[in-house]
Order: sequence, then structure tokens, then C-alpha cells
Amino acid sequence: MKIQVLGSGCATCKKLFEITKKVVSEVGLAENVEYVIDVQKIVAMGLMQSPILVINDKPVLIGFTSDTEKIKKTIEENK
Amino acid sequence: MNIFFPVQLFADWLTFSVFSITPETIFYDAINFFIYDSIKIFILLSMIIFFVSIIRSYLPPEKIRFILSHKSKYTGNVIASLLGIITPFCSCSAIPLFLGFVQAGVPLGVTFSFLVASPMINEVALILLLGMFGWKIALIYIVSGLIISILSGMIIGKMKIENLIEPFVFQNTIKGDIELPIMTKKERIKYAKDYTLDILKKVWIYILIGIGIGAWIHGYVPTDFLAQYAGSDKWYAVPLAVLIGIPLYSNAAGVIPLVSALTEKGVSMGTTLAFMMSVTALSLPEFMILKKVMKVKLIFIFAGIVGIGIIFIGYLFNFIL
Repeated sequence: MKIQVLGSGCATCKKLFEITKKVVSEVGLAENVEYVIDVQKIVAMGLMQSPILVINDKPVLIGFTSDTEKIKKTIEENK
Repeated sequence: MNIFFPVQLFADWLTFSVFSITPETIFYDAINFFIYDSIKIFILLSMIIFFVSIIRSYLPPEKIRFILSHKSKYTGNVIASLLGIITPFCSCSAIPLFLGFVQAGVPLGVTFSFLVASPMINEVALILLLGMFGWKIALIYIVSGLIISILSGMIIGKMKIENLIEPFVFQNTIKGDIELPIMTKKERIKYAKDYTLDILKKVWIYILIGIGIGAWIHGYVPTDFLAQYAGSDKWYAVPLAVLIGIPLYSNAAGVIPLVSALTEKGVSMGTTLAFMMSVTALSLPEFMILKKVMKVKLIFIFAGIVGIGIIFIGYLFNFIL
């Protein structure tokens, strides 16, 4: 399983990365969360918002959220 | 009848009965003004942000792009500006928006119309204007903002400045029609609720500080005190207001309550409008970020055209209001 946070390098993107890392360790997954600053990659997926949570190359969460439950659920659903 | 009459009663009761401040003193006025304005603004903010968020959940930027890439040039400028009203603008999204639009074939001028309207006409600024100056000024603000964003986009579109965009932008093209997950009604309401709380959490302190200083000015600064420095007969007031507004972007929420008090003390309305527009539309952090996709010269052209538009609006309303 590949978990990535794609962002434009702004503070909000970094924050989603930190929250996601925390959630991943909370659910007991051994995966590393990767933080990728690459706007072109976001745009190539057809999206125009940042940050994006990407699991196995599929965008699963668009835009920032601080809702850890939602992040948890999204990760569980896309395992 | 003023729908905020109960709020005024509450503010009176709190100031008089709870805080036991002697009425008809400057101190009473300032505290009363602070309580009334804060409650009023927060009621308006919560309601309207929630409402706009519901609309927005139907129109994410990806959908807006789809609409814009199917419009002819001039209609595109108008629709881009209108859609910019409901789209929030965060400097995080400036680059993905720009690339996403241009690479999907949205004309450069139309993209710029959107880039101007989106931060300039935002719901927080509008609500504050509505709450502190009334619906006429809020409407003037929207209409002037639309005119500036439509015209700036058209002018930039006519200038043929593709060479001032970083070459990598045009090296990629993308399909502009992506299937987004469809939200249920419940999800939309949750999204709107979360978004409203997020914004309130972000701006409440600036608004309270702004209203606080505003209340102090309201109570303690003599009426028309500022007219001698920034009245409508002072030619330099408008351009100066625009210049001061450029670095103030992040505190737009606190600036408006403050500005409403300044207006009361003699700063003319056109100058105030120009200042507000400059705070929201011309933002230094946004310019820094745009450097990633365009040459500095284009940023200056962009800021120049928008700035001249704002100055014009400022003089116009100083003249007619």
C-alpha cells in the first residue's frame, strides 16, 4: 500500500501530511507516508486543489481536512 | 425593522445591567458598539459562509474549469469572474488552479479574470461590508469587483503575453473532464459545517481585534478627524490606500471592521472601497507564489492593471458618493 500526500508546499499541505502520518500509525499500519511537493502531478490527475491524499496512485481525499476520523475511514476503505 | 434589533437589546442589557456601565458615556458607547457589532458579524458570517459552502459543494474548481473550457472568450471572462465569487482563494491553490486551467485549454485572459475575482470578491469581505456599511456598499463592491476582474482578464487576454509564462506550463496538456465523487446531501451539509467552523476559527481573533480598535475609534476619535488627512478632496488618499493594502492580505477579516470606524471619522467611501479591494485582490504572498509559473514582468502587468482599476473605482466613488 502506497500512501502519499501531494501538495504545493504550503503550510496547510504540510499539516495534512502530519495528520495523515499520525493516523497511519494509530491504525497500526507499518506504511510510510510520503510527502510529495509536485503541483504538476496534482494537475495531471485532473485536480486543482491542494493538498491531496493519494493511496495507491488514486486520489482519495481532495482538499485539506483536519477530520482524523474521515482520514482513518478513507485509509481503511482504500487499503 | 432592523432584524438585528434583538442583538441591540442584548448588547444594551449586557452593557447596562451586567457590566453596570453608566449610559451616555463614551465608554458605554464603545463597549456597546463592540458587543453589538461582534454578535452581528458572527451571526452573519456563520449563516452566509454555510450557505455559500453548500453552493460551492456543487461547484468545485474542477467543475468550474469544465464550464470555462467550453465558453467563448468574452463570455468566459464574465463567467470566470462570477464563479470566482463563490470560490475561496488560498495561496496554496493558486498554482494548481493556474496550471489546471491553462493546461486544460482555458484561455489565459479568462484564467486571470478568475484569479482576480476569486480573492477580491469573497464572502467574508462581503459579509463584513454588508454588516458594517449596509447592502448598497456591499453591492457596489461586488459590481466594481466584477468589472475590474472581467476587464483585467480581457486586457491581459488581448496582450498576447504567452511568452511571459514559464515554458513548462504549456509543455503539458491535460484532459479537463474528470469524474469527481458525487457527494450526498448529508456530506454537503457536513462539508459546509466544517468549512464554516474552519473559517470562523481562522478569522475570529482578527475580527474581534478589528472591532475592538473600531469600537475605540468610534468612541474616542472625534468625528471627521480623519477627513483632513483622507477626505475625498485629497487626491493622494486613493493610491496611498491601495499601496497600504498590498501587504495586508492575511488580515482582511480584521481590516474591515477597522475601516468602517475610519470611514465614520472622515475617510471617504471611495478611498475605503479601494483600500478593501487592494487588501483582498493584491496580495504579496500570492505574487511570490505566482513567480513559479510566470515571469516577474507579467506579475507586474497583472498587479498594475488590477491596481489601476482599483484606483479608478476609488476616485469614481469619491466623486459620486
